[in-house]
Amino acid sequence: MVALSQERLVTSADAPARRSPPPSFDRFFRLASLASALLVLIVLLGIIGSMIYGGIPAFREFGFGFVTSTVWNVNEDQYGAWVAIVGTLTTALIALVIGVPLSLGIAIFLTQLCPPWLKRPVATTIELLAAVPSIIYGMWGLFVFAPLFANYVQIPVSNIVEGMPIVGTILYARTPSGVGILTAGIILAIMIIPFIASIARDILDQIPSVLRESAYGIGCTTWEVVRNVLLPQAGVSIIGAVMLGLGRALGETMAVTFVVGNANRLSGSLFDPGSTIASRIANEFNEAIGLQLNALMALGCILFLVTFTVLVLARLLVSRVKVG
Amino acid sequence: MDTALQHRASPEPTTAPAPWGRVRRSRHVADRALKIICTLFTVLGAFVLGWILLMLLVEGIGGLSPAVFTETTPGPGSQGGGIANAIVGSLILTVLGIMVATPVGVLAGTYLAEYGKSSKLAEIIRFVNDILLAAPSILIGLFVYMLMVQPMGGYSGWAGGVALAIIAVPVIVRTTEDMLRLVPGSLREAGAALGAPMSTVIIKISWKAARAGMVTGVLLATARIAGETAPLLFTALNNNFWFNPNLMGGVANLPVMIYQFALSPYENWRELAWAGALIITMSILALSVVARLLLRKDKVR
Repeated sequence: MVALSQERLVTSADAPARRSPPPSFDRFFRLASLASALLVLIVLLGIIGSMIYGGIPAFREFGFGFVTSTVWNVNEDQYGAWVAIVGTLTTALIALVIGVPLSLGIAIFLTQLCPPWLKRPVATTIELLAAVPSIIYGMWGLFVFAPLFANYVQIPVSNIVEGMPIVGTILYARTPSGVGILTAGIILAIMIIPFIASIARDILDQIPSVLRESAYGIGCTTWEVVRNVLLPQAGVSIIGAVMLGLGRALGETMAVTFVVGNANRLSGSLFDPGSTIASRIANEFNEAIGLQLNALMALGCILFLVTFTVLVLARLLVSRVKVG
Repeated sequence: MDTALQHRASPEPTTAPAPWGRVRRSRHVADRALKIICTLFTVLGAFVLGWILLMLLVEGIGGLSPAVFTETTPGPGSQGGGIANAIVGSLILTVLGIMVATPVGVLAGTYLAEYGKSSKLAEIIRFVNDILLAAPSILIGLFVYMLMVQPMGGYSGWAGGVALAIIAVPVIVRTTEDMLRLVPGSLREAGAALGAPMSTVIIKISWKAARAGMVTGVLLATARIAGETAPLLFTALNNNFWFNPNLMGGVANLPVMIYQFALSPYENWRELAWAGALIITMSILALSVVARLLLRKDKVR
């Protein structure tokens, strides 16, 4: 280290004397970084602004009925968002119901049960799951998962529940093709697992190990440590992590577009095809003209408001967790 | 615990010590259940990743041939062809996005870590950045459509690049800020004590110390935008030709190509979609692994 710095000193001795840059550069640098930071703010405002600007004609035409109407008829220029809103919320809810226990399990495994040598490979695997592009999940869902799901879940379950009250409606597939709301929810669950799991792991890691050790010291089992020490400690932050996952699930586009079935139909069955806000925009936007374009923009506006609210709540609940 | 001895002393099965020792049975069972379930869930996660990769390899390798890398995408229903235009288009769009996003992201991250710190404005921008980080990417596509495609009168590679840049910026801002915050304040003070102005301290000391982490941020952002489909649908679109050198009109790119070809009824198109999916996933996974290795080396040092 000493030799190295001496060498540096010697080599730099014959270089011209270092001069600090002119003071104007210092000011310029400061302004440039401030401008870049403000740009982030402007982009968000721009997104809100463009959604509202694009959606206003549709809101003006249909009023509040736009949100509650189930009609989406391109030929008659009548548009309503209710089917897409319900589809978005249902798929996201299914994703949470399946994804949250799985992600918490993975986080607990990584922080409490995993032998040290296995930690890095497992963590990397889960994080790589997050790096896979969403369109690949869509292809996997449509070409691999959906046929299996139709054969081994939809058909047997439909046969069993046929004619039963309530369950016979919710879990009955009229055309067992494998695609539908439930399939989309399952694919979304797989997609949000890495996000929730890695944030939950970071949160659990931040809990001082003294707490854990003292619980083990008085003879608690791992389950009791998790249930009575870790979860109460991490509580609110974990809810924040779940909300972050919810934000992802609400706005996810490509994977859902592949497997949701893209039907404008309000069905009582989870096996039936439906559509979400994002999938409808992805499907129709490029061919849309006139009022349809505005209606799609208005859908985008609704999606933005919903995800924005969820993300703000998430951000308030989860204290800033380190990246990487 | 000498179980055998106790067992002989109390022959009734009700009082016999169970294999779980002195721990009450329900506690033992709950503990076991937790361990087994958590392990199972983790195995399931790894299994899904393995399954997806296997699917890509099985379906994709069959479609790979030299023609895939040299010829342009074929018309509907025709035979042969490749995805060379989509690969090059994707590269150009990604590079364009990163070239726009890197300076903006690094400077904004620098502002948050070095100038703004905990001021009101910095807090707001941090908040907004976290929201942008998780905002649905399709909305960014809509925004850029309104911002660039409509005024410019058509789809263009420039719009695609900007849309990707908007997705990359928050990632770079976040990692840059986090990495700069890890640089010890005494280093900056040492620089300032030598009479260096703030900009020099940041460029020559802070950035240098945080270099590896910042490069990681840029790599992660690249991996993130390379596979983004939704924002390109309404901005760069896709077509079956080589794009104009001025990037106006549709620019072929892998994600949108995969989306259109995979859902098409033509066997040939679907094979090309699988080949493209394999190429893009492998590149992205390789990029993320490299980024992670880089970060780990930095931490060790």
